[in-house]
Order: sequence, then C-alpha cells, then structure tokens
Amino acid sequence: MSENISSGSQPTVADLDRPLYTPIKRRSFFMYAGATAGATALVLAGCSKDDNNSPGMVNVGTGDVGVLNYAYALEQLEADFYTKVRAGSYYTTSATTVEKQILDDLYYHEVIHRDFFRAAITAAGATPIKALETVYPNGTFDTKTNVLNTAKAFEDLGVAAYNGAARYITTAQYLFIAGKIVSVEARHAAVIRDLLSEGSFVGNDIVDIAGNSLEMSKLPSVVVTTANSFLADGSKLNVSGLG
Amino acid sequence: MNFLQILSAIEKVDPEVYERLDSRRAIFKNMSGVGQKLTAAALPLFVGAVFNKVYAQTPGGLAVNDVLNFALKLEYLEMYFYQQRTALTGLSSVNASALTLIATDEANHVKFLRNTLGSAAINDPTAAAFDFTGGKGNNAGPFIDYRTNPTTYLALAQSFEDTGVRAYKGAAPISSVMADKTVLTAALNIHSVEARHAAHIRGMRRGGAASATPSQAAAVSPYSAAPKGWVSGTDNGGAVPGATNAIYGAGNSSGAGTAANVTYLAEDNVLQGGVTLSTSTSPAFSGFPSAAFSEAFDEGLDVKTVATIANLFTVTGNTTFSVYL
Repeated sequence: MSENISSGSQPTVADLDRPLYTPIKRRSFFMYAGATAGATALVLAGCSKDDNNSPGMVNVGTGDVGVLNYAYALEQLEADFYTKVRAGSYYTTSATTVEKQILDDLYYHEVIHRDFFRAAITAAGATPIKALETVYPNGTFDTKTNVLNTAKAFEDLGVAAYNGAARYITTAQYLFIAGKIVSVEARHAAVIRDLLSEGSFVGNDIVDIAGNSLEMSKLPSVVVTTANSFLADGSKLNVSGLG
Repeated sequence: MNFLQILSAIEKVDPEVYERLDSRRAIFKNMSGVGQKLTAAALPLFVGAVFNKVYAQTPGGLAVNDVLNFALKLEYLEMYFYQQRTALTGLSSVNASALTLIATDEANHVKFLRNTLGSAAINDPTAAAFDFTGGKGNNAGPFIDYRTNPTTYLALAQSFEDTGVRAYKGAAPISSVMADKTVLTAALNIHSVEARHAAHIRGMRRGGAASATPSQAAAVSPYSAAPKGWVSGTDNGGAVPGATNAIYGAGNSSGAGTAANVTYLAEDNVLQGGVTLSTSTSPAFSGFPSAAFSEAFDEGLDVKTVATIANLFTVTGNTTFSVYL
C-alpha cells in the first residue's frame, strides 16, 4: 500500500504537522480500504501497524524520530564495537601508539554520538529504541586486519547511511545535526582506510571516482541488511517506516 | 484557476503566506500590469513563477540553483588549486598520488555541478580568478611559496577542505535544498567526500610531505602543525594560526545564505540539539578528554562567512565570492 502514497512512505509523525498532505493520504487509504469491501476492518488493523513488523525486531519508527532512532541504532553498533576493540587482544597487545590514539578517539566520538541521540530523542518527547545486543564473527577483535576491516565497514556504512537517510528528515535542525555527525564519520572512515592501506581514504568501492566522485549513499533498507548481521535476534532493525 | 482558493490552500500549510506576499507587493503591481496581456495558457506558469519568487526568496533561504552555483564556485577554487600541485618538491609517491586523486575528485565535482545546473551554471571563473598566495593578484601573499613548498601547499589544502566541509554542511538545511531531495542527497554525497579529503590531508600534514606511511604519524597537541583527522576544538586556529582562524570560527546565523532555525557556531561548540555535552552528560562519558565533545561534531558555516574566506584567494576586482559579502 505504501507504494501508492506519493512520498513513498507510511504517514509519519511529522506529517501531522502538514495538514495539506494528510487528506490526500487518507483519501488514498480509504480508496484501497473500500476496495476490499467486507474486509475493511482487517485492512485497518493491518495498516495501523507496520506490515513488516516481524516479532522480535526493533522498529525505529517513522518521520524525524524514526531517522533519529535509526541513527541511534547505528551509533549503538559503532560505540559497542569500539568498546570491545579496546578490550580485545589486538588493541591490548599489538596496536601501535598511533593506532591506539585513533581507536581511542573513535571510541569517544561514537559513545558521545550514541548517548547524544538517546538524550536528544528523549528531549524531543519521543522514546529511544532499546539498547541493542550485538554479535560479531569469532576473532573480530584479535587482529589488526579484523579490527580495521570491521571498523572500515562500520564507518563507511555510517557515512552512506546518514547521506541516504537525510532525505527523510523534515526538520532543519535535525538535518544540520546529521550533517555535523556524518562528516566526522567520513573523517573516521578516511583515517581507518588509510591505516589499512595508505592513500585509500576514498576508493571506488564507496565513491564514484570514475564518474562524479560522489559518495555512494545507501537507503535504510540497504543499510540494515549489513547492520542486522551484527545484531542479535531480538535486536535486529526494522526500518520500513522510514520510506 | 481560482487564485484565492490556491492562497487559502497554501495558508493551511503556511499561515504566513499573506505576510510573505505582502512583503512582495511589487510582484502584484507587476502582475496587474501584465495581467491583461497574459493568455489563459500562460497564466498557470506565471502564477507558478510568483510563488517560486515568494518562497525562493523568503528570509533564511537562497534558491536551490544559487546554492548549487555557490558550491560550484568553491569546487572551481579547489580544482584550480589542485591543478597547481605539479611543481611541488619532496612529496613521497603515496602523497603525490593522494593529491592526484583529490584533484580528480574536485574536477569531477565541478563537472557534476555544471551538469546538474545546466544552463543555470555560472561561467567558469578560470584559473585567472584566483591567487592562492593570498596576495589578491600580486602572487606574493602570505602563502607565496605554495607552488613548490609542500608544507605551505598542504596547509592551504587542509584549509580549503575543512572550509568545504563546513560550507556543504551549512547549506544542506537551507529550505530550498532540503525540499529538493535529489540535490540534498547529491550535496551530502559531495560533503562526505570533502570530509574524507580533509582527514587525509591532515594525515599528510602529520606525517610530513616525504612520508611513505603518513597514516602512522602521531597527532601532536595543539594540532596546528600535526592535526588529528578531525577538528579538535578550534584546532588552535588551523594550519596557519592567525591566517586560518576564521575557518574554525563562528559564522553568521541570519541573512541570505543561512538556513532558518540553524545556528552557525565555532568548531569548539559542545551544545548539540539542546544537549550540552560534557563528562557529566552521561555516565559513559566519565573520564573522556574534554576535546572529544567538540571533535565528535563538525560545525557548519553560512554562505557569507565561507565567501569571506574564499574571497581571500581571488584577485582584486573578481566578484566570484565578493557578491555574497
């Protein structure tokens, strides 16, 4: 049903502030509800919640709050990762002073991002999603290659995720904050990539160097397939409300 | 076409529509003057143009093409700057390759923005518009040896990249950009590439021009000469303290090149979305170095402040950036 709504998304919290759009959505909703005749009550029940809200998944929600919770989820993942990095054997036994300095900063920044979002979502009168439980492949924290490759995956994913979710933000202040964070994530990504391979701060896996040299942003539905592989059952994300 | 009905519909989403229109009374004078000459077919186009004007020029927002052209000017500045890299001496091969890669990106950004703007794109200002020594055309400014001395060159490169990051970030929430999701996403997809460049150039400065392993060089406080990949506080004034302070300072939060409801603060800001970040904000922050709270967030800049910085590198009489001042 959502495909038939012009914005391509479920009605959002933010839509409530835009009365001109609401009647249009209602109208198309009832058009389809009417088509199912006797099953109207069933359709209403089905549409009042997200259709893809599988049991045990964490639904980030809709509208600006949905994007904030989506960002909060990704920052939880990053913060958890660097917390475990600092306790892992690569960091404690073989990382260089410079690598430790960088990983320390990334740990600080990501924990700050995580708890900032929890505070900001609460301050906005909304409910933050729960603390997510993570899972990592065996040996993730044991070697430089594993740690830095996972860090690279998370940082590049974070950049692509913020860039790809910006279109769903309706409030200028929230978009501005997302911009303030995404450039720091891009700086992280560049530094981590350089640690893995000198001069790989941009690469054609993430930036369209042969074309326009634009970052290849990713929509939430694409980002979660990667993010969910690091999240335990019961903590996997459902972002279908973001459009 | 019922004009009043349209206004009434708009009023429901924008209660200030009459105010906006009232402040643009000249449009209506103009309209009544040409009204009789307009055919019925042309009228919808004309009304559309009126609203474009009213909404594109409301306080707190440039039209989307104006923002894109401003971005294009900054990309030209960067593109012509990186074209000057070929006479540098003492660069390691990995550092030389990195500059070539960045030069490619900036040239691609110019091409992309020109294609996006089509016939609305500004004319190419050409290399003659710029004096990267900062001498306004005498080629003898404070960065006089930038063509050959990689230390000077990289100081400028960091300055341009960090400025670019702040410029795109500051422009994204301008209402005309936010409303055009394709432009918004493209602008952000350039923004993050500029941030990657900035972080890398900072690494090159840490390691020195001749280093074959710049990523392994340590950042050294107060970070002017050996900066972190991210901006720490106001970075002690940047690559050339005194000359580059404005790149890390506060902007203007009102005027034509700003977004509504957004405050353009200096890079050492720790108040984000109403939340003051410090070791006491969350139990998890206990023991964090205080610099981490500003490092975790970059800050945006408004068009006028960015233009003021960029204008230092154009020749006297060139209006590429002075038009915003």
